[in-house]
Amino acid sequence: MIAQHLPILQVVLPLLAAPICMFIRHPRVVWMWAFVTAWLCLPMSVGLLLKVLEQGTIVYNLGGWAAPWGIEYRIDILNSFVLIIVSMIGAIVLPFARRSVEREIPQKRIYLFYTMLLLCLAGLLGMTITGDAFNLFVFLEISSLSTYVLISFGKDRRALTAAYRYLIVGTIGATFYIIGVGLLYMATGSLNIADLAVLIPNIGGNRTVQSGMAFLIIGLALKAALFPMHMWLPNAYTYAPSVVSIFLSATATKVAVYAFIRVVFSIFGDVNILEILPVRNMLMVLAIAAMVIGSAAALYQTDVRRLFAYSSIAQIGYIILGISFDSVTGVTAGVVHLFNHALMKGGLFMVLGLLAYQIGSTKIQDIAGLGERMPLTMAALVIGGLGLIGMPLTAGFISKWYLIQAAIDIGLWPIAFIIVLSSILTVVYVWRIVEVIYFHRPVNPINDIDRAPISMVAPMWILIGATIFFGINTNATLEIAGAAAKALLAGGV
Amino acid sequence: MVDFNPGLIMVLGGLLVPLLSSSVRRVVLLALPIAGLTYVISLQVGTTVTADFMGYTLEVLRVDKLTLLWGYVFHIAAFLGVLYAIHEDDPVQAAMAQIYMGSAVAAVFAGDLITLFIFWELTAISSVFLIWASGTERSFHAGMRYLVVQIGSGVLLLAGAVIIFAETGSIHFGHIGVETFGGKLVLVAFGIKCAFPLLHNWLQDAYPEATVSGTVILSAFTTKLAVYALARGFAGTEFLIYIGATMTAFPIFFAVIENNLRRVLAYSLNNQLGFMVVGIGVGTELAINGAAGHAFAHIIYKALLFMTMGAVLMRTGTINGSDLGGLYKTMPWTTGFCIIGAASISSFPLMSGFVTKSMILTALGVEGYWFIWAILLFASAGVFHHSGIKIPYFAFFAHDSGMRPKEAPFNMRFSMGIAAFLCIAVGVYPAPLYAILPFDVDYIPYSPAHVITQLQLLMFSALAFTFLMLTGLYPPELKSTNLDTDWFYRRLAPKFFLSITTTIQRVNQRGRRILVGTFDTIIRLLDRYSSMQVVFIWINSASTMVFCALVLLCFFLILFLTSI
Repeated sequence: MIAQHLPILQVVLPLLAAPICMFIRHPRVVWMWAFVTAWLCLPMSVGLLLKVLEQGTIVYNLGGWAAPWGIEYRIDILNSFVLIIVSMIGAIVLPFARRSVEREIPQKRIYLFYTMLLLCLAGLLGMTITGDAFNLFVFLEISSLSTYVLISFGKDRRALTAAYRYLIVGTIGATFYIIGVGLLYMATGSLNIADLAVLIPNIGGNRTVQSGMAFLIIGLALKAALFPMHMWLPNAYTYAPSVVSIFLSATATKVAVYAFIRVVFSIFGDVNILEILPVRNMLMVLAIAAMVIGSAAALYQTDVRRLFAYSSIAQIGYIILGISFDSVTGVTAGVVHLFNHALMKGGLFMVLGLLAYQIGSTKIQDIAGLGERMPLTMAALVIGGLGLIGMPLTAGFISKWYLIQAAIDIGLWPIAFIIVLSSILTVVYVWRIVEVIYFHRPVNPINDIDRAPISMVAPMWILIGATIFFGINTNATLEIAGAAAKALLAGGV
Repeated sequence: MVDFNPGLIMVLGGLLVPLLSSSVRRVVLLALPIAGLTYVISLQVGTTVTADFMGYTLEVLRVDKLTLLWGYVFHIAAFLGVLYAIHEDDPVQAAMAQIYMGSAVAAVFAGDLITLFIFWELTAISSVFLIWASGTERSFHAGMRYLVVQIGSGVLLLAGAVIIFAETGSIHFGHIGVETFGGKLVLVAFGIKCAFPLLHNWLQDAYPEATVSGTVILSAFTTKLAVYALARGFAGTEFLIYIGATMTAFPIFFAVIENNLRRVLAYSLNNQLGFMVVGIGVGTELAINGAAGHAFAHIIYKALLFMTMGAVLMRTGTINGSDLGGLYKTMPWTTGFCIIGAASISSFPLMSGFVTKSMILTALGVEGYWFIWAILLFASAGVFHHSGIKIPYFAFFAHDSGMRPKEAPFNMRFSMGIAAFLCIAVGVYPAPLYAILPFDVDYIPYSPAHVITQLQLLMFSALAFTFLMLTGLYPPELKSTNLDTDWFYRRLAPKFFLSITTTIQRVNQRGRRILVGTFDTIIRLLDRYSSMQVVFIWINSASTMVFCALVLLCFFLILFLTSI
């Protein structure tokens, strides 16, 4: 019974749990409630993934209405993998959240925070799980709106402007997306992704569909913070509460990229838009620009959080680059990097959350000389940084290795070279942090560093440890990503 | 009754020692070796006891004639060592000594490589406390070096055992041989403990730094355990003959110029081990008998010599030949015992050394190793020179140092007396010793040829010493430290590594400064000429973002509309 309705429970549970937070209100109890919800979501995702691996794609009709009239949830290897990413990060971030949120958010607003966090979780899970283009928009809006609120919870007043700016850009992105969906609906009369995939090739060169394509791609690229539509991201991540940066950096852009993949490979799978050279080249150029400019901009930053935010923009570039290769290896690299980057960035932002908790700052001059005072936390920071660089034995190496291989496979040597170049930029900005942590004297020595609570340290080490674990034991992630890539390139849903 | 490894008596007894009050402790300390010896005597040849451990069948007890011989002499030495130290009130050292001696016995009775390894390491760990018990800075560092070397030997043994197990599927400790890689590793492990040339420095480094009684105990067990292991695993390995010959010869030169008399004894210990290693290398029944018998005799007379020097150190506070002299006047007993020990190590007829060492020499002759035989003959002369004459002469006679120390305490004299008695008894009536040797003995030590050869050797050696002393050519006893090969790892290597690390550090620091500086400069230049900050502010505004999005939308629109 439950197993049969897992797809809907996965979304409905956090969606319904969120408003209940409004009634509970007590900070500690609300946290407990959110914690339990998030931890219930994780086994569901795992169950779904196992079921998909065992039986193939799961199709679930909402309310028994058959697609394309009813809403359909369709779970294949790709989105069950993304579901795992989202619910795993949600589950790991919640134990971390309790102490961090207590410190960063006023007591009487904590229940609102968790309400929004659960809504955001529900939105992201819904975006991932649904097989309906319009339903995807609905969940996109749920997650976006809750994200704006979450960012505005930041202590710094600039959090408000950051949230406001994100609101403008995000709304434009969502609008573009719904315009695109509307145009497709106009031409085909269907909203179901699988149905669209079948109908669109029959229509042929239809202006409406072609315009819809452009709107969909730009709308989702905005949400995914693909260069040059990334400017909302650094401020949003920098001024949001620590927990929000962790959660968003690890999940929000990933889900947008997932939707992007769906549009490119599923809705327009049979049209093969990536085989249109200018489109493909344009995506590659944007991805490469993201990689290089994101990394270069990271060099300038004086706040470590903002630095890693820019690094996120570069990493999104890697993922989009892998996808734009339109080959099994390339898409595998992109998909596996979705997962690996979620681990690394989640872990790194947790380190920064811990820093914010313990010394109250993530400014680069304030972490000078902390290597001696907080050796373990700083070691975690370095390991995460090595992952970003793509050191062997870290998860980052695996994705980068496949990406370079994919570039070489299709004969794009210069791109392989650029990937290495942007890795070198990564080395430089990670080294700047290492230099400051270990070799600079503290500027204004902080005498009393608060003890790091185990509830924050343990999740951090789980994610940092996972970057090493999945850097050594790559079977599971590569197998799943490879299977997803093959399914995507085979066409259809 | 179920048999067990006799070493456990002293190991487990040693664990109890610190809990006992001082008078009870003394009784127990003396009783443990006696109990052990009694039990060893009651063991039947051919007894084995096995135990299952993690899927391996361990042979925790193996009794044959070779192990029994070592069992006897280790317990005798243990008793003498404990008796010698019984006046001391140091429960930790006493306990560690018991555990050390017990684990050496246990290692001898071990029938497989794993059990051997366990007790091999236990001897290393427990014995270092005898060095540290001196409580000096020097002894601490010497102990650390000793520990590193000994543990290293154990690690090699374990590695070798693992490889041997992988190759043969058996962990039985029988003849190993050097043909396999595992065998080579095990040989190196044994060689370290046996103080093979270039692996020997730990011995001269650590033994003289141990306590008065600690050195006596140390001298008896560690190296002789290695001799036993070699005899068991590598008998007849010809390569060992040359190693052994080197061992007999080279320490002589160091011993002659060394001033610290306990270190002289450490060098002569090394030299005596050489004789045994040669015997094992020859590997015939006569040679193995000689090596085993020599180990037996050697343990006792070497302990006796260390005891006399320990007594001198305890009473005078120094052990440098240059500071001592004329002690015979007030320490007559000690002087007498020292002379007996010196005569034994020099293989005077009617002394224990004579009846065992001559077996090794004869075995060499029988097998036709005349060159090695000559080296050993030279080494024998050298032994007589530095241990037989130099030690008693400089400590008790020579120029009068003016010191009038008291005679050694009664328990020390008693212990020395027993050892001296055994030296003479074995020399005069070797039959009981011959009876417990691993193989049947068909050898007559007191043949005219043996006796005359040995006496000639000794007399001419004594003549040479006298001549050199009278003409003043003998190297004077100087307060100096001799450089042995350990200088390379004690002085040169640390200096070398220090200079390397400082260089690396300097290059690293400078390199980093240059690199970071370069990036900073580049960024500054970029700022100056491109006003990147302005760009950042510009691209951060919402309108820019929307503008970018619109441009891209138009671009893609045109693209899709024109190209499909």
